[in-house]
Amino acid sequence: MKVIVCVKQVPDTSGKVAVNDDGTLNRASMETITNPDDMNAVEAALKLKDETGCKVIVVTMGPPPAEGMLRELLAMGADEAYLISGREFGGSDTYATSQIVAAGVNKIGVEKDDIVMCGRQAIDGDTAQVGPQIAEKLHLPQVTYAADIHKEGENITVKRMLEDGYMTIKVKTPCLLTCIKELNQPRYMSVGGIFEAYDKPVTVLDYEALKNDPLIDASTIGLKGSPTNILVSFTPPQKGAGMMLEGADMGTCEKLAGILAGKHII
Amino acid sequence: MAFNNTDLAAFKDVWVFCEQRDGKLMPTDFELISEGRRLADELGVDLCGLLLGDKVEGLAKELGGYGADKVYVCEHPLLKVYTTDAYAKVICQVIEELKPEAFLIGATNIGRDLGPRCAARLHTGLCADCTHLDVDMGIYKDFLHEASTLDDARIDGLNTAMVLGEKHDVSRDLKMTRPAFGGHLMASIICPRFRPTMATVRPGVMKKRPYDEAKAAECQIVKPSFELSEADMQTEVTEVVKAAKKLVDLIGADFIVSVGRGISKDVEQGIKLAEELAAELGGVVGGSRAVIDSGWLSADHQVGQTGKTVHPKVYVALGISGAIQHKAGMQDSECIIAVNKNETAPIFEIADYGICGDLFKVTPMLTEAIRAAKAAK
Repeated sequence: MKVIVCVKQVPDTSGKVAVNDDGTLNRASMETITNPDDMNAVEAALKLKDETGCKVIVVTMGPPPAEGMLRELLAMGADEAYLISGREFGGSDTYATSQIVAAGVNKIGVEKDDIVMCGRQAIDGDTAQVGPQIAEKLHLPQVTYAADIHKEGENITVKRMLEDGYMTIKVKTPCLLTCIKELNQPRYMSVGGIFEAYDKPVTVLDYEALKNDPLIDASTIGLKGSPTNILVSFTPPQKGAGMMLEGADMGTCEKLAGILAGKHII
Repeated sequence: MAFNNTDLAAFKDVWVFCEQRDGKLMPTDFELISEGRRLADELGVDLCGLLLGDKVEGLAKELGGYGADKVYVCEHPLLKVYTTDAYAKVICQVIEELKPEAFLIGATNIGRDLGPRCAARLHTGLCADCTHLDVDMGIYKDFLHEASTLDDARIDGLNTAMVLGEKHDVSRDLKMTRPAFGGHLMASIICPRFRPTMATVRPGVMKKRPYDEAKAAECQIVKPSFELSEADMQTEVTEVVKAAKKLVDLIGADFIVSVGRGISKDVEQGIKLAEELAAELGGVVGGSRAVIDSGWLSADHQVGQTGKTVHPKVYVALGISGAIQHKAGMQDSECIIAVNKNETAPIFEIADYGICGDLFKVTPMLTEAIRAAKAAK
């Protein structure tokens, strides 16, 4: 049994964000992190490893520097890592990305008792699309928004969160689960893990390695294979600053309440 | 005949997936039907609801009241409770048969499960969590003039896009606008080569139209044929549990008092003060991502790009610095009041009224002053 976890390296949008004059993001100026929901997926996989001794494989698509992130995940306890990287893959939207990542997962091989895990969504795009789309391309059943996962043999029971409660869903392996932060608290890298990480294999899957998979076709990957196009990107205007009230005492509050009452807001 | 999703002319009508839970329509359905009505009018086509469930036909007419010309109703015991397996199978069949031009889905936890699965199966584009939709170029450009920092010449020239190296006229494409990078950037996305164009739409963003009794009576109900059996089911829902505690209704609230990291000094007291102010205003309490991530308030209170988008009459931000990801969820509030110790906090850049001070001191005074002002009216 193994768990294949799909992860993404993302700019840390909670930190300082720089936008270029042309409205694109200045990625070079931003810190990169492992996408937070993906960390919960990695932790869920490592928990299953703790319980069952299964193998944990992490896979990402990204530029060569994403190897650094993979080494950190190996240091947390993952056993193997795959980096899908190639200029042919550039410009992919979620549809094309899922084709490519699914081909990478096929290369690793999904067997009867395996689980594929993803984070619910990445903080750069916030789409939550790639997980379900990989599941469709791999013909696997999916359970998204997993807040609790129990495995007994081939049977998996998942607590699947809704806005107003949750569902309990039963599914059999192989399947794909997308994970949310309520699922667990990701562990830290251990010192021993950091030493071991450099002896663990990181395999690069480039276009040559994946091109024989039927999912990989000029019409389904990269910019040309993306059904969606960006018409324009832009930054929203800053709403003009309003009135800073003088002071911070009762008089200030009375003045504000007076304004609100005068405008019939309260 | 194989489904050819590149024969664009074969596709028409705007469809809205009308989600029901426990036999009740979701508020998002009415928002999307209302918005879909405008888009269908701009395209000169019909607006159709797509309703799946078990014995749900009775819900269909109400969708007509918000603008649907027609509701496709698919009923089956296996559609009673949402599963990806059954819903994706039926929806893809019906879409391949009836060929809508655009398909809108509410970006609920269910819509965000269903949309990508269907788009991947249909080999078409899906734009996630849209906050603005347009067909008509004039209306779209007016929107950009107001909502972007693009210069006028750039906006006026946005009539074509380069698609596979060729100029493509975007006038009949659905322009789907959404925030990315935590709200730092907005992008308008098109799906020029495949149909249907699919979008999930953020709940709470689109405005519901007034209910039209006559339009509801006219609404046509159609039952398309489809195949579905136990053999299609790879997942089984063994229970659906409603949250025991009543969840806070941020989206419907007229007054929201939100707390941020500024309450960390005394979390319990900070939340209590916010609750008292919210109670005086007749509103509810929200929180920034930091507050939810720290476990100080439950996830249903979260306002922001990763939480809810709100536009109340008054939004009071207590001890919230105003990270862009928070602003993305509340900057369209009619009146924003910010209380923060740090006079350079970005929240003051968008606040209508700012008070630079300690929220633990200011909030109770503000509650008292509002109580007095209301009593004096």
